[in-house]
This record gives sequence, C-alpha cells and structure tokens, in this order.
Amino acid sequence: MSNGASNFVETVDSVFLLSVAISVFFLVLITALIIVFSIKYNRKRNKKAVNIHGHTLLEIIWTTIPTILVLILFWYGWVGYKEMVDIPDNAMTVEVTAQMWKWSFKYENGKQTDSLYVPVNKPVKLILKSVDVNHAFFVPAFRIKKDVFPNTQRTAWFIAENKGRYVITCAEYCGLNHSHMYSGIVAMPDNDFNKWYTMNENGSKSTDNKKSGSEE
Amino acid sequence: MASDTVALGTNGHEPSYLEYQGKHKGILGWILSTDHKRIGILYLCSVLSFFFMGVVFGFLMRLELISPGETIVTAQTYNKFFTLHGVIMIFLFIIPAIPAIFGNFFLPILIGAKDVAFPRLNLLSWYLYITGGLLALMSIVMPGGPADTGWTFYIPYSVRTDTNVIYALMAAFILGFSSILTGLNFVTTVHRLRTPSMSWFKMPLSVWSFYATAWVQVLATPIIGITLLLVVIERVLHVGIFDPALGGDPVLYQHLFWIYSHPAVYIMILPGMGIVSEIIPVFAHRTIFGYKFIAFSSIAIALFGSLVWAHHMFTVGMSNAGEFIFSLLTMVVAIPSAIKVFNWTATLYKGSIELAPPMLYILAFIFLFSIGGLTGVMQGVIAIDIQVHDTSFIVGHFHYVMFGGTGFAFFAALHYWLPKMFGRMYNIKRAKVAFWIIFFGFNVLYFPMLIMGWLGMPRRYYDYLPQFHPYHFISTVGSWILILGLIIMFTNFVISLRKGEKVTKKNLWGGETLEWQIDTPPTHENFDEIPVVEDYPYVYKDNEIAVEEEKV
Repeated sequence: MSNGASNFVETVDSVFLLSVAISVFFLVLITALIIVFSIKYNRKRNKKAVNIHGHTLLEIIWTTIPTILVLILFWYGWVGYKEMVDIPDNAMTVEVTAQMWKWSFKYENGKQTDSLYVPVNKPVKLILKSVDVNHAFFVPAFRIKKDVFPNTQRTAWFIAENKGRYVITCAEYCGLNHSHMYSGIVAMPDNDFNKWYTMNENGSKSTDNKKSGSEE
Repeated sequence: MASDTVALGTNGHEPSYLEYQGKHKGILGWILSTDHKRIGILYLCSVLSFFFMGVVFGFLMRLELISPGETIVTAQTYNKFFTLHGVIMIFLFIIPAIPAIFGNFFLPILIGAKDVAFPRLNLLSWYLYITGGLLALMSIVMPGGPADTGWTFYIPYSVRTDTNVIYALMAAFILGFSSILTGLNFVTTVHRLRTPSMSWFKMPLSVWSFYATAWVQVLATPIIGITLLLVVIERVLHVGIFDPALGGDPVLYQHLFWIYSHPAVYIMILPGMGIVSEIIPVFAHRTIFGYKFIAFSSIAIALFGSLVWAHHMFTVGMSNAGEFIFSLLTMVVAIPSAIKVFNWTATLYKGSIELAPPMLYILAFIFLFSIGGLTGVMQGVIAIDIQVHDTSFIVGHFHYVMFGGTGFAFFAALHYWLPKMFGRMYNIKRAKVAFWIIFFGFNVLYFPMLIMGWLGMPRRYYDYLPQFHPYHFISTVGSWILILGLIIMFTNFVISLRKGEKVTKKNLWGGETLEWQIDTPPTHENFDEIPVVEDYPYVYKDNEIAVEEEKV
C-alpha cells in the first residue's frame, strides 16, 4: 500500500486482505459444495440416499485448519493493534475535544483550531476528551478510531504519511446531529506546518516562537 | 384465529388442539389456555405483528437514506426509527421468534411430552411479552416520543435525552423476564419430561439447541435486567453509577450491557442452527453427519459465547490484556460455528435432496450465515475491528447473521411446520418464487453495507458524504425487493390458512422426529400413548435396504 495515508494503513489493509482472501476461499468452497451436491444428489437423479454418520478424521481436519487460520489472523490483528497503542515518546501532542456536535483541537503552544493541522512524517499524539456524551474519533483514511468519553481521557496517535485533507468523523452515536459531526485533518509538509504553527491568529509571526514539542 | 380457518379433525378420533374445547370458549380459550401449542400460536401472532412493525421502520430508514440530506423525515425522527427498529427486531422478534413460537409448539412434542414442565408459567411469559411489547409501543405515543438512543442505550446519552427512554428500558426489562421464564421452562422440560426411552443422545438436534439457548437465557438475561434498571435509577435518581458527570463509569455500563447482549446473539442464532440441523437430514433424506459434533458445538457456543462480550468494545481503551484475551476468545468461538457449517454441508453428500421451500431457506441460511460468520471473524481481528467498528460494516454483518441466519431459519421453520400446525398446505410454487426474491433482495440490501462500512461510513448516520451515495441507493432498492418477497411469502401463508389444501397425513416431509408420528394438526394431548424412541431421529433405515451403509 504505497498510497497509505497513515502509518497504520499498510498493516491494517494487509490483514484485512488476508482475512478477505480466507473468507472468500471458504465461502466459495461451501457454496460450490452446496450447489454441486444439490444438483448431483437431487432426488430426481438420486432416489436412494446413503447414510453416513460421520467421520472423525474429517472432523479433526475441519476443526484444526480453521483454528490455525483464525489464530494467524488473531496474531496479525493483535500486532497491528499494538502499534496503535504504543505511542512514541517524541510525538507532538494535540488535545482533542469532542462535543455535540463538533471537534476542536488545542496545540501545545495554545493554538486552537476546528480542523487538525499536522506535519507529515511526524508522530502526532492525540489526547481525546468529551465535554458531554460519548463520541468516537474516527479517521477512515488513517484506519484509526478511538472512543471519547466525558470526565476521562483517551489517547491515540498516528503519522500522516502523505499531505492532503482527510475526513474526521464521529463514530459513536451522540444524538441529533451525530451524522454532521465532521472535521478534517490537514496534513502538510514540515515547513508549511511550522509556518502555520508559529503564525498568530491574525496571520503575523508569533513573537514567543516556541518550538513544537514533537521536534525534540 | 377464527375457527373456520382451521382444519377439522378428519382423522376420526380425537379433536385437534385447534378444536379442543377446554374450560373457556372463543378468544378466552386461547388467551387463557396453558396448552403449549396454543401458547405457541399466541406467540406466532404477536411476534409476527411486531416483526411487520420492525420491517416498516427498517423500510422507512432505508427510504430516508436513499439520498443524502433530508429525504422523508428529520434527523430526530430517523434516530427514533433506528431505535424502534432495533428494539422491536431484537427484543420482540428475533429473541422470541424461534424458541417462543416453535420451541413452545414443538419442543414438548419432539421429546415425547404432553406439555412443558410449567404450563402456567409458560402462559405468564406470554403475558410478560405482551406487556413489554405494549410498553415499547406506548413510548411511541407518549409525549416525548420513542427513545432515540439506539437499542444499546449507551450512557451518558441515554440519561441526557428527553425522549421516553424509561418506557423502552422497562419494556426490555419485562421482555427479559419473559425470556428467562421461557428458558427456565425449557431447561426443566428437557431434563424432566423426555419420554423415558429418549436418552440425551437420542434427542433431536433442535432440542439440543433449544436446551443450550435456554441456559443462556436463564444465566445471561438477569444481567441486562439489573443493568437496565440501574439506568432507570440513574435517570430518575441521579445516583452516579454510570454517569461520568456524577463520577460514574460509562464503560462499566457497556461491559454490563454486552455481558448479556453478546450471549443474546447466541440466544438468537442457536435456535436457528437447531432448525438447520433438523431440516437438512429430512430433505437430504439421510442421517445427519456428525450428530455429536453438532450437539456439542451448540454447548461450546453457549459456553464460549459468554466470554467474548468485550469484542464490542475494542475502541473504548481497554487494557492490552483485555484486548488480547477478548480477541483470542472471539476467534475461538468461531470454530464451533465452522464445525456446524461443515457438518451441514457434509450431510448433503450422497443424500437424496429435495429442494422444497424449507430446504431452500436452509441452504440460503448456510450461505448467508457463512458471510455473517466470516465477517464476524474479521471483527475479532482487532486491527480490522478498529476500522469497521460502529460502521455500516457491522450493520451488514449482523443482518447477515441475524436475518440471513436466524431470520431465514425462522422462515424455513414456518414453511416446514406451519402445515403441521394448521393442517393446511401453502402453494409450493409461490413459496419458491418468494424465496428467490427474498434471497436476492437480501443481498442487494445488505452487501453494499459491508463495502461502505470498510470505506468509513459510520452507522446511525442520518446523512452521509456524497461518495457513499451509490451504495446507499442500491441498498434501499434492495429493501424494496426484499419486502416484495416478504409480502408474497406471507400472503401465501394467509391464503393457505383459508383456502390451502387440507393435509391430514402425519408425516408431511418424511421426517423422523416425533412430531411427524402424531396427528396433523396435533391433538390436545399430542400423543395417544407415551412414544418409544429406539435411536436418534436421523436413521433413515429405508436407505439401507438398497445400499449398504458406507463410510467415507
């Protein structure tokens, strides 16, 4: 996946594709058998059935093979998930506040925005809070999702790998305008980000030019 | 259930349960009857009524989603629609459908009993069911309108909204008791009332399924009862158990909710699996493949299914250990279902297959349930679940399992057993036409949900981004096709009850379970004498006259 929007895309998509491949294999197998048997052993052609009570070896085979396959899937899923919770220490931190029905973002230098501006190729850590009910921070293109609760915080992180605009959406039902609770991630090259980050709200260069924590 | 719509006992001797004259006449003879068959019919009428209501709400939701923005209703109304659709379909249709209708009617017959262990308790469960159902309906008409929380009632939204959440919660609470009492009744019935010659491994596989289901009902349902009551207390008294504003923990609510509601998924699917195991050997006319594996896999599902609830919560921020264990166990619970699917398919091998309407629904069940099961496995893989959690992928998945699985098994059971229950045959051709329309419409309706969910379409969305429009459009068209099929199917049944060919033959399909050895429709007492069971009910001895029994 060369066009991955975030660092998680490749892992998540490859385990997804693996699981789709396994699923399609079994689905086609079962369906083909059902169709073939229904035709071949149809009562019109096959008046007498044969009683077969079972076959222990077959049972063992079709218990063991799926067990191995799901354990493989489980492991890749776990490894992929582990990446999502192991947050690098050098990540730039952004506080994300969810409320009915909008998102807001606060940076380490006090800057506040409605969209999430991030530099590409730098880890960004999100501290997620809600001021009212449950929400969920979901960036489909980044393959990340985390529930957001009031009175407690959750964390998530990512590295945006390509510049661009990505949709943030709320994935936990939160009432009337749940389906309009959108925002966006704006991923931009490092220089552009730094320019934006140190800019005052009125557009002039900030005087207390504090460096972002992400850049060590 | 007017008396002119039912077959009269043409078998000569005893009147059927439909004509049987007890202490009460007319309608009272039904709503005060403790006969398990009459109670089964009461459930049939009431559960189907709620099913039609649920279909209407589902239809309206899909219609709203045919295009982005407001189409027919406001966001507020849409949110109430999906809550009502969920509450009705889950608590009033899919949980009671197979156990309460066919379990009540056939479980005692399948084990050679005259009734369930506690007939009066059985009638009480129906009254509780009706009370719960009426409460749910009352929430619609009372000021404030029906709840808009989704069927999951997640806190804190469910303590903040002004809608009639308490009605819905109390409805679910009371329906829970109906379910517990039915479960208790079935567990006792299976233990105590089997005909003396029927040892455990001579029980029909549907009885195994009802038995496993009943245990889950008894053990898991009280938890949802307590939890929902706590939400009511939270709303009324503001104690702060779950509400974070008062120091409570909303994640605790989710745990308690899913400790019941995940096993509840097995309350819904296990009876469906029982129906599949029952019908396949009849229409393949051969013994079932791997009887014991199927029986034990039911128990394994009930057992492991109770230990996987937090896979609904991979995004809440659990400990790594929690995520690891719940994901692993979720993978394990897939195995017994896979075993069943393989055994069912193997039962077709060298059978003599008749594609009668019940069998068509069952074969469709295997296909649709496989899609539902395989997409379920995907969600057990945590990294994938993070992406698809709370998207329409989940909605598609559980409709494949619950509707494509349990729903189709239910339809199969209707086609299989209704002629036995009423002594009237439906039009087979029309039933097959309806089947193909339903099967086609089903896939058109739900498959696009899987795709757009993976692409990031969240669930419970009234409005959506333009890129999802084609999927939503196709899905809505699918809902029309599906509903057309349902109309044909149910019209066929209604016509058959009035004008269908009368059947008095005991064994309509060549089944070997006990219900096919008694009158059609059954007499009040079911059996003239206590039946003797020699072997498990899938022997098909006539196969062996011509062909020597063969091993693979």
